[in-house]
Amino acid sequence: MTDWIEIGTLDDIPRLGSRVVQTKDGDIAVFRTEDDRVFAIDDKCPHKGGPLSQGIVHGAKVACPLHNWSINLEDGVAVAPDEGCVKTYPVRIENGTLRLRLGETDNKKCA
Amino acid sequence: MKRGMKVTVVHLMDTLMERQLDEAAAAMLKASLEERGLEFAMGAQTQAIVGKDRAEAVRLKDGTEIPADIVVMAVGIRPNIALAEDAGLHCKRGLVVNDTMQTFDPRVYAVGECVEHRGTVYGLVAPLFVQARVCANHLARQGHAFYTGSITSTKLKVTGIDLFSSGDFQPADGVEEIVLQDASRGVYKKLTIKDNRVKGAVLYGDTADGAWYFQLMRDGTDISGMRQQLMYGQAHLGDAGHGGPSAVLALDDSAEICGCNGVTKGDIVTAIMEKKLFTLEDVRAHTKASSSCGSCTGLVEQLLASTLGGDYSETPSEKPLCGCTTYTHDEVRMAIVENGLKSIPETMAFLEWKTPNGCPACRPALNYYLLCAWPEDYVDDGQSRFINERAHANIQKDGTYSVIPRIFGGVTSPGELRAIAEVAEKYDVPAIKFTGGQRLDMMGIAKETLPDLWADLGKAGMVSGHAYGKAMRTVKTCVGSEWCRFGTQDSTAMGVELEKLTWGSWTPHKYKLAVSGCPRNCAEATIKDFGVVAVESGWELHIGGNGGVKVRVTDLLCKVETPEQVLEYAGAFLQLYREHAHYLERTAPWIERIGIAFVKKRVVENAEERARLMARFLASQKPAQVDPWHVEDDRKAEFKPLAKVN
Repeated sequence: MTDWIEIGTLDDIPRLGSRVVQTKDGDIAVFRTEDDRVFAIDDKCPHKGGPLSQGIVHGAKVACPLHNWSINLEDGVAVAPDEGCVKTYPVRIENGTLRLRLGETDNKKCA
Repeated sequence: MKRGMKVTVVHLMDTLMERQLDEAAAAMLKASLEERGLEFAMGAQTQAIVGKDRAEAVRLKDGTEIPADIVVMAVGIRPNIALAEDAGLHCKRGLVVNDTMQTFDPRVYAVGECVEHRGTVYGLVAPLFVQARVCANHLARQGHAFYTGSITSTKLKVTGIDLFSSGDFQPADGVEEIVLQDASRGVYKKLTIKDNRVKGAVLYGDTADGAWYFQLMRDGTDISGMRQQLMYGQAHLGDAGHGGPSAVLALDDSAEICGCNGVTKGDIVTAIMEKKLFTLEDVRAHTKASSSCGSCTGLVEQLLASTLGGDYSETPSEKPLCGCTTYTHDEVRMAIVENGLKSIPETMAFLEWKTPNGCPACRPALNYYLLCAWPEDYVDDGQSRFINERAHANIQKDGTYSVIPRIFGGVTSPGELRAIAEVAEKYDVPAIKFTGGQRLDMMGIAKETLPDLWADLGKAGMVSGHAYGKAMRTVKTCVGSEWCRFGTQDSTAMGVELEKLTWGSWTPHKYKLAVSGCPRNCAEATIKDFGVVAVESGWELHIGGNGGVKVRVTDLLCKVETPEQVLEYAGAFLQLYREHAHYLERTAPWIERIGIAFVKKRVVENAEERARLMARFLASQKPAQVDPWHVEDDRKAEFKPLAKVN
C-alpha cells in the first residue's frame, strides 16, 4: 500500500476548477466540485488525449477542452454515447489539506 | 407478381392513391405498374368474395367476377378507440382532441395515432413528436404551446418507382400551379403555390427534391425570389457548393459527410437505422457528424430526411438554450435584463435550471449574457469560460498554447518585431507563423510559461490579441492612400482607429473587421463581420460577412463620409450584435435570422438609437479594455502545477 501524498490545500483549487499534479507517469488532474468534493483522474481524455484539467467542470463531470467529451469524475467513465474511461485515484481532504494516493487506481477496468 | 401470380388491384376510386396524387401522376403510376404486369379494376366496388371453403373469386357491384385464390385487403390504419369510447370520451374516426391535445374530458390528454385533430388522423412519428411536446407543455402547466396540425409527406416504397407527395395540390381559388412534364423520361412534377408559398408537391420519376419542397412548405418560405429555378430543384439555386438533397442521395456510402470527424454517409445511415435516431442532436451525439464546425449540418439533415422519410422530425428553430433549461436564448437574456439578475447562480435559480451548475453549453452563454447586460458590475466567472478565455491563449491538440499579441491594424514596427523575436528565442518557441488576420502567432507554449512570456511582451508595449476569444479579433487593412497608387482614403489609419475603439470587447462569437482603401478591396472587407471599403467620396460600410465555414458576402449597410462616422456606425453595429445575437452565433447567420432591415432601422435610419447604441458600447468598453495578459503575481500560481511528485 502506497502513501497518501500531500499535494496542497483545498483552497488551491477554485470551485468548479482543477489543478494538475505532475508525476513521472504523466499528469493527474485534481478537480473540485461546487459542493467541495475532490476527484483525481488521469489528465488525458480517452478520445484524443486532451488535458481534462483545462475543461469546464459541471456537476461531477468535466468537458474535455479539445472535442467536448464529458467524463464522469466519480468513476472516470465517458458520458454516453461516447465510450471510454480514464484512471481515477483516491484523494481525500484532511483539515483542508489534500492527500492523493498513487499506485493502484480505483477503477480496475481502466487500469 | 414476383412469385408468378397474376395480380389484379381492385380500387374504389377512378385514380390510384387519390389522396396523395393528382390525376396525371396517378396515371403515370398506373401505367408503370401495368408495364410490370399488374392489372387494375378502377372505380370498382367489391360486393362479395365468392367461394365455399376458400376464396374463388371477387364479385364486383356491376356483376363482373374476377377469379382469385388469394384476396388481400388494405383498409389503411384505423385507431383502436374502443377503450376511449368505453370511457365515454368523444370519438369520431379517432379520439377527438383540441389544439392543446386535450380530449372532451378536460382531465384526459391524448397524443399519437389514436387521436383525431382538426379532422385528421396521423399515422407517422413526426406529428406525434410535436403533439407530445405540446401535451408535455400543458401537463407541466406552462400552458403556452399549441398544436396546429402537421404537414406530412408520402414516399412510395416500391423499387424502381420514385414518387413523392405532400400538402394540398387540388385546384382552388388563388392557387397557382407549376408543372414540369417529361413523358419520355418518365418525370412529372407539380407544385401548387399560394401567396408565394409552396402548398403542395407531387413528384413522379425524380423525387430528389422532395425533402426540400417539404421543408419550404413547412417553413412557409417566400419563394418569389427563386420561382424561376424552383422546378429544377435546390441544386439549381446557385448554392451548389453546399449540395442539394440530390447530391447526398447520389453519394456512395463511403463518402465523407463530416470532414472534421471523418464520418461517412454509411456511418450516419447505419447509426440512424440501428440506434433509431430521429433528430439532428441524436446524430451529433452518436456519430459526431455535424458536431464540430457545423458545415455539414444540411447534409446530415438531408440524410435524416431521406432515411426516415415522413418520420423525420426537424430540429425546431426555437429551441431551448441547452438541455439544462426549457428557455430559449432570447428568453434567458430578457429574464436577466428585466429581473436584474446579476450572477450565474442567481439566473439559474430564477429560471429553475434543471442541473445544479449547468453544462459547458449554457455556462459560457450565461456568463456572456450577464457581462453584456451589466458591463460595469458583473463579476466575470472564469470557471464558466472556455479554457482559451481563461488562459488568454489558444489551446492546441497537444495541450500547449499559442500566443498572438495585438498588432493594431496589422501595422507593426522594428521594436515590436524585435520583442516578439526575443521572446521566441528566450522561451524556445517551436514555431511562429503569420495568421490570416495579419498577426504573428507563436505556437507550442506550455501553460506554465504563459505569464512570464506575456510579461516580457507587455514590457515592450504589447497587449493580448484576443485571438483565443469570442471577442473582437483583428482589423485587417491594406496600405491605402498613404502608399498605394489606387488608394482613395487612409485605410490603415482607419483600421488602427477601429481596432483601438473595439479591442477588448467580448462578443457572442468571434468578430473580425477589415478596411480596404479602394474598391479593389485587398483587405477582403466584404467577407468580414464589419467591413469598410473606401471610395473617393467616403466609406462604404458592409456587415455580416464570413470567410469560414460557409462563405457569405456582406450586405451593404450604408455609405458615410467621415472617419468619425465610420467609428460611430462600427460601435453601434457591434453593440447591436452584442445585445441581440445568440451566444456562438456569428454575424452572418444572425443577420440572416433577423434580417438586414432590423439593423438598418436602428443603426442607419435612427440617429438617436445609433447614438444610444454607441454610448452603451463605449460604457462597456471602459472596464473591458484592460490587458488580460497583465497577471498579478498571486494569480500566476494558477498556471503552475499544484504539485510535483515522484
